[in-house]
Amino acid sequence: MNQTHSDLLGRLNLDSLPITALIKNPGTNEIVANVAGLVMLVGVLVVLFILTKFRLWRPLWSDWLTSTDHKKIGIMYVVFGIMMLARGVIEGVVMRAQQAMGAGSGFLEPDHFAQLFSTHGTIMVFFVAVPFVLGYINFVMPLQIGARDVAFPVMNQISLGLTVAAGMILMVSLVVGEFSTGGWTAYPPYTGARFNPGVGPDYWIWAIVVSGVGTTLSGINFAVTIYKMRAPGMLLSRMPLFCWTVICSSILIIFAMPPLSVAALLLGADRYMDFHFFTNDLGGNMMNYANLFWLFGHPEVYLLVLPVYGMYSEIVSTYSAKRLYGYLSLVIATMSIAVLSFTVWLHHFFTMGQSALINAVFGIATMLIAIPTGVKVYDWMATMYRGRIRFNVPMIYLVGFLILFVIGGLTGVILASPTVDFQVHNTLFLVAHFHNVLIPGVLFGLLAGYNYWFPKAFGFRLNERLGKLTAYLWIVGFMITFLPLYVVGLMGMPRRSYSYTDTEFVPWLVLAFIGALMILSALLVFLEQLRVSIRDRDQNRVPFGDPWDARTLEWSISAPPPEYNFAIIPTVTKRDAFAEAKITGQAYGSDDAYEDIKLPKNTPVGIMLCVLSGVWMFALVWWIWWLVALVTALIFLLVIGWSFFVDNERVIPAAQVRQEHQAWLAKLKATPPVDRDKEFSPENLGYAKTELAGDA
Amino acid sequence: MDNKTKYQRDLRFYLTGFILSLALTGMAFWAALGTTLSSGKIMAVVGVLGIVQLVVQLRYFLHINARKQKREDFDLILFSTLVLLIIVLGTVWIMGNLSIRMHTV
Amino acid sequence: MSMRHRYRHPGLNLTDTPDEHLAKNETTIFGFWVFLMSDLIFFGLMFAIYITSIGATAGGPRPHELFDFTSLAIQTVLLLTSSLTVGFASLVLKFDAKSGNLIVWLLVTLLLGLGFLFFEIRDFIEIAAKGGVPSRSGYLSAFYGLVLLHGLHVAMGCLWLVVIMIQIQVFGLINVVTTRLIRFALFWHFLDLIWIGIFSVVFFGGLHFG
Ligand code: HEM
Ligand SMILES: [Cu+2]
Repeated sequence: MNQTHSDLLGRLNLDSLPITALIKNPGTNEIVANVAGLVMLVGVLVVLFILTKFRLWRPLWSDWLTSTDHKKIGIMYVVFGIMMLARGVIEGVVMRAQQAMGAGSGFLEPDHFAQLFSTHGTIMVFFVAVPFVLGYINFVMPLQIGARDVAFPVMNQISLGLTVAAGMILMVSLVVGEFSTGGWTAYPPYTGARFNPGVGPDYWIWAIVVSGVGTTLSGINFAVTIYKMRAPGMLLSRMPLFCWTVICSSILIIFAMPPLSVAALLLGADRYMDFHFFTNDLGGNMMNYANLFWLFGHPEVYLLVLPVYGMYSEIVSTYSAKRLYGYLSLVIATMSIAVLSFTVWLHHFFTMGQSALINAVFGIATMLIAIPTGVKVYDWMATMYRGRIRFNVPMIYLVGFLILFVIGGLTGVILASPTVDFQVHNTLFLVAHFHNVLIPGVLFGLLAGYNYWFPKAFGFRLNERLGKLTAYLWIVGFMITFLPLYVVGLMGMPRRSYSYTDTEFVPWLVLAFIGALMILSALLVFLEQLRVSIRDRDQNRVPFGDPWDARTLEWSISAPPPEYNFAIIPTVTKRDAFAEAKITGQAYGSDDAYEDIKLPKNTPVGIMLCVLSGVWMFALVWWIWWLVALVTALIFLLVIGWSFFVDNERVIPAAQVRQEHQAWLAKLKATPPVDRDKEFSPENLGYAKTELAGDA
Repeated sequence: MDNKTKYQRDLRFYLTGFILSLALTGMAFWAALGTTLSSGKIMAVVGVLGIVQLVVQLRYFLHINARKQKREDFDLILFSTLVLLIIVLGTVWIMGNLSIRMHTV
Repeated sequence: MSMRHRYRHPGLNLTDTPDEHLAKNETTIFGFWVFLMSDLIFFGLMFAIYITSIGATAGGPRPHELFDFTSLAIQTVLLLTSSLTVGFASLVLKFDAKSGNLIVWLLVTLLLGLGFLFFEIRDFIEIAAKGGVPSRSGYLSAFYGLVLLHGLHVAMGCLWLVVIMIQIQVFGLINVVTTRLIRFALFWHFLDLIWIGIFSVVFFGGLHFG
């Protein structure tokens, strides 16, 4: 890349655009790169067009972008996650295609392939899994603990803004310059200024730093919300399991994000200011980087998977019509996993050269995690035992998860043995392993949760048939794509290879490519399900809010919920309070204790910080120093200026709350409740004739 | 207790913290700069003084008190300390071992 | 409220009796405390990096050639005293909020903070003049990384303090402003805690093991 500078544009010039490369040097590689950029630009244009055509700018601004409502923020996170998922999956498929034909040299240049696995990994972890999980927590957790919002609604908005800005800067790297080729881990010295003077690693660094700030703020927000905002009587020991997993996950965020920020910032200091933290010369030590990165990296996977365990726990008990088996053991298991996950990071670099003793200690600590995880698997199975199980979409994912996750977990225990790891580290065996835990463990759970909570968020059920098809395609597609990789891994194929010479790999990689196509079709059916469901929404409405005969508080209110969540803050006397109330016939009562409700006003701070931080990152990447200075000053001004707005609450009068709530209750009382056999008929308006009984 | 006694109690609290911290700092400076002990011993002394001063400041400036604190506040401090120790000691252990094995010290 | 848990949050508690703002303040202050714990990990890692880099001078200047311990003592006393004056400010807030002393103590704190920064920057300039620049060695990178990080926090604290003083003038001591002040006090004491680590580990540790 051309390294000339100007004061005005830093190192940005025409050569930074992929189109220039296409004109100068047309080839398949350049065409693929340009098509990707083009698709993104067209996508942006289509969105702008739709917004303008249907006059959606104003509602978008006032109902969504400036909203401080945790439910809307949660939904925006998930929408963002879905967009990024589409890009991540497509990249995965392109890589599979390359490797399927890679016995020659395939159709991609090595550099382009390297960008693909780097963006794919970065996107999937930081901009798919994280936003999805944060989104669900945002939407569900306050409802489950009987709160009206999170502890810091504006900060919540800022978290979203920063995460989205970071994701967008990654999208920008598709059309301006290039992304890092250093993998999602960005190990120096390869990513240092000496070997990689271009903009790629800088895009990575700033995307990671800014989204890291956003995530940390979310973690703080959720932890404080759970500790301080629970409804009266909602003791910690009465919380739904999902909330327990959220606490643990928030703690992981709070303590595990700093190592990542430190790693990325110090790498930045090396690159921008000629420091020597991780360089080869002058006393730098890249092993410090590996250590820092994995201090974060290992807890990271648990902060993703724990809330998903929580979702599975909710789902399994709802669709088995039984109380969750072994609540206390699940809580303890979750907490042990959270603590243990800080003690195992070294298993990601067994081969770095430390003594056998250290490797053994960390290997054993790693194996220990299998114990609480095993406890969970048994608890979920025991919950299903003798339940009246309904195989709705979320349950299909759950069963797929139980089986596949055990396989992924077992290969994890295998890798935890340093001696074995020396043989298979850096091969596709590892790639198979972590996809095997991340896809069933995180992604399936998110898709299950999507089908489970969608009606709560939007007021209508998703199409069940297409949902099932999506689930089967994902599960089977996953198996065909990733199980063969264990084999090629054991045969010795290194990960991140754009080509290879051993033709014995070919059949397995072709098989994996076919699987990847299935996953791609799963993605398409997933989108089709959404389209069909929106089209048919009037037959699937569930205004009374409890379509699945579920157990926790979020199902006791209308769907979609009113902006203040609860007309009257519930008083909790037992675990699974709503299930209890349904059994004893006390659900949907009202004791006329309406009060004025204070809610935070809308504010544009989050979206402004989103834009500013986006520009800030761009300016830093391209060394446009005047812009960096300007935007930094603006950010300070904005934050300080905003702190002068001390009056930021609005009041919803009690009379209005009462009127809305009473109208809803009246309609509900006039409707016959439906039983589970009619779960998918238009008669299911979300008023469940409960099948829960006795001590369930 | 009337306001004035309360005020004096709180004031004394801060002053105690300040004087103790000042003394501990002075001792650390003296141990590090004014003695001829071996490096290891000096740093052991400095370390102990530092830890005592951390406790003093937590107690007298930040008003952390195991018995009077809300449970979540105190648990948080304990847990943070645990994670801090794991991370810092773990890092020093691993990197120290590596540098011995690579003969960089 | 039970007798056992009389402290509702870290830092000086303004009142022992519950009032309408208390629950909300407790939440805000707890949130800030959680943030500080996250920040603590950040610092802890920089300490760890410093410790692992202590021998990595790569032929460049070594710690004992660079440090000025008189200046270090001055900085330490300035910061410690400013912790005390923040305490005084908090006491005024609690017992005597109407008097003008609050602003006086805050101003003293600000000056002490700026004084600290003055000596720190002067030291950096001197160290750099002796060839101790971050680009010289891994050791110096780690030194600057950690000490600058702390200095940056102090600078941010000064800025924050100025904003709070302005807000006291504009709004008076409304609840939003007083909780900010309590949080500021926590932040400032926290920086003093970190400083104990810095003079012990960075300066004395560097002197004796570097
Ligand atoms: C959905 C279908 C997916 C496909 C087809 C896919 C495919 C791939 C491929 C081909 C690679 C490169 C393997 C190599 O190094 O040779 C890869 C790497 C990776 N994938 Fe996926 N993947 C998928 C989903 C996911 C998900 C859901 C996650 C995480 C939540 C994920 C995280 C990663 C990571 C972290 C890497 C490593 C990147 C690196 O080497 O730096 N992937 N994936
Ligand atoms: Cu791990």
